[in-house]
Amino acid sequence: MTSAIGEPNVTAIAFFGLFIVLSLGITVWASRRTRTADHFYAAGRSVTAFQNGLALAGDYMSAASFLGIAGLVALSGFDGLIYSIGFLVGWPIVMFLIAEPLRNLGRYTFADVVATRLRQTPIRIAAAIGALAVIAFYLIAQMVGAGNLIRLLFGLPYEAAVVIVGVVMLAYVLFGGMIATTWVQIVKAVLLLGGATLLAGLVLSRFNFNPLALFAQASATYGPSVLAPGRQVTDPIDAISLGLALMLGTAGLPHILMRFYTVPDAKTARTSVGYATAVIGFFYLLTFILGFGAMVIVGREAITKVDAGGNMAAPLLAEAVGGTPFLGFIAAVAFATILAVVAGLTLSGAATLSHDLWVNVIRGAHASEREQFLVARVATIVLAIISIVLGITFKGQNVAYMVGLAFAIAASANFPALVLSIFWKRLTTAGAQASMITGTVSTLALIYFSPTIQLDILKHAEAWFPLRNPGIVTIPLSFVVAIGVSLLKPVEAEERRFAELERQLHLGVD
Amino acid sequence: MLWPHMSDSNLKAVSAARWRMAILLTTTMMVVYFGFILLVAFNKPLLGRPFVGGLSIGMLLGVLVIVAAWVLTWVYVRWANTHYDASLRGLRS
Repeated sequence: MTSAIGEPNVTAIAFFGLFIVLSLGITVWASRRTRTADHFYAAGRSVTAFQNGLALAGDYMSAASFLGIAGLVALSGFDGLIYSIGFLVGWPIVMFLIAEPLRNLGRYTFADVVATRLRQTPIRIAAAIGALAVIAFYLIAQMVGAGNLIRLLFGLPYEAAVVIVGVVMLAYVLFGGMIATTWVQIVKAVLLLGGATLLAGLVLSRFNFNPLALFAQASATYGPSVLAPGRQVTDPIDAISLGLALMLGTAGLPHILMRFYTVPDAKTARTSVGYATAVIGFFYLLTFILGFGAMVIVGREAITKVDAGGNMAAPLLAEAVGGTPFLGFIAAVAFATILAVVAGLTLSGAATLSHDLWVNVIRGAHASEREQFLVARVATIVLAIISIVLGITFKGQNVAYMVGLAFAIAASANFPALVLSIFWKRLTTAGAQASMITGTVSTLALIYFSPTIQLDILKHAEAWFPLRNPGIVTIPLSFVVAIGVSLLKPVEAEERRFAELERQLHLGVD
Repeated sequence: MLWPHMSDSNLKAVSAARWRMAILLTTTMMVVYFGFILLVAFNKPLLGRPFVGGLSIGMLLGVLVIVAAWVLTWVYVRWANTHYDASLRGLRS
């Protein structure tokens, strides 16, 4: 089968042009409503539960989960599904432990919550290190992914793709702030869900709308092993470690946590996670159909011929079942997906730099509305430039592990301190600070000594640390450090303020 | 406030109930998910066995993990919308 992938595709460019025009239109509309820091960071807290549910899903369903997981399932069958499931199970945890307390205790960032009854400066600095590390690795993975994908899909040069993503995303965030970013996420989530549903429907129409007939065909063509766990999961400890990082990391991603400030109250935050969990679960169920559909209809050989990693499985499937126009539509959706995720990441990075570091650390929480707004926008420009530079710097490098790394840091650096600050009255400033720094540093160090870096990238003969996913070591370590340091040197004043925190956690500020 | 101590103990009770629910549901989700991962890691032959034509036991359990995430989330929302919200209204008034 010859494919139109990689050639400039009229429908792809038309659909993508339409998305850009629509999203910039939203940005112009949003910029008129963005007058204060509250609008810029939190969309004036006026987002509804259903809108926020879709926006959360939009922020979370990255190109990695759409193209990457579909490709993984197409090439290795069941093993790819382990990721689909792992990416969903963090959402109930967000619901049970994080969403409502976060909304009631904070204003713009998760550090607001950790710092509620602790000392501002040390907490904000430590939280910023963890948050920025997560955002940086996530951004690199997205930017490099954007460059490669757009080159494959549209035939554009890598650098041009990275610059386009950086500049358009800058426009959304700089002028439209959280209002524009939220609506871009909503439009993208609807497009991605609609596109994936249509694609899955077209696949299933060839199998009498019976998914089991599709799986049976996959098993008949490639052997029953495609429906069973296989080579991807060789080390049980590594599998559990990855599972922990995916599950708890979701509840520590700064750009996800930030969304809970855009709704008017805790009850709305709760309902929005319900919608997000439903939508994201549905989307990951679709990846079952898309992956096996690509395996059967396109064929593994044709998929790896275009891209050895399998990332083009879903676009190739779209072409096979819907022709070049549908390929164009799916390609445009993939591009829009990357743009939206990068915008969400940049906005949360800007909030960390300006709200946590500038306003609360450097200016001691005494900054005028005008100054806060200005600093947030400067931080956005700085982050956009950094993300373009990082995208170009990491060209041609293997960055697939960086999303996993971002989740591992989020689970080890952000999650333990956040949960303990909400739950445990004896947590002290020193304990939280030590935990966040330990989480970041230990995760980075263990990734560096893992087989991923030592064997795959540096081509050394052996790796000092045996696991590819450090979560099983670093997450408990961060909890132990937080608890140990807090118990070693209790701070009575901080413990006494817990009663006040508890009241605000349940009842809010009003 | 007329009876600050009484209100404090009420808040404590609401808080305790909220965290009991959170911990119960979190633990259930973790048991379900890590149960699945442990089977993937330690009992591959079982998961590879066909349940019905075209569906292995592993895939069925995978879908059930997703369904479990939905059900637990729904249980929490139901509980919070009725019991937790009512307790909060009681505390506010």
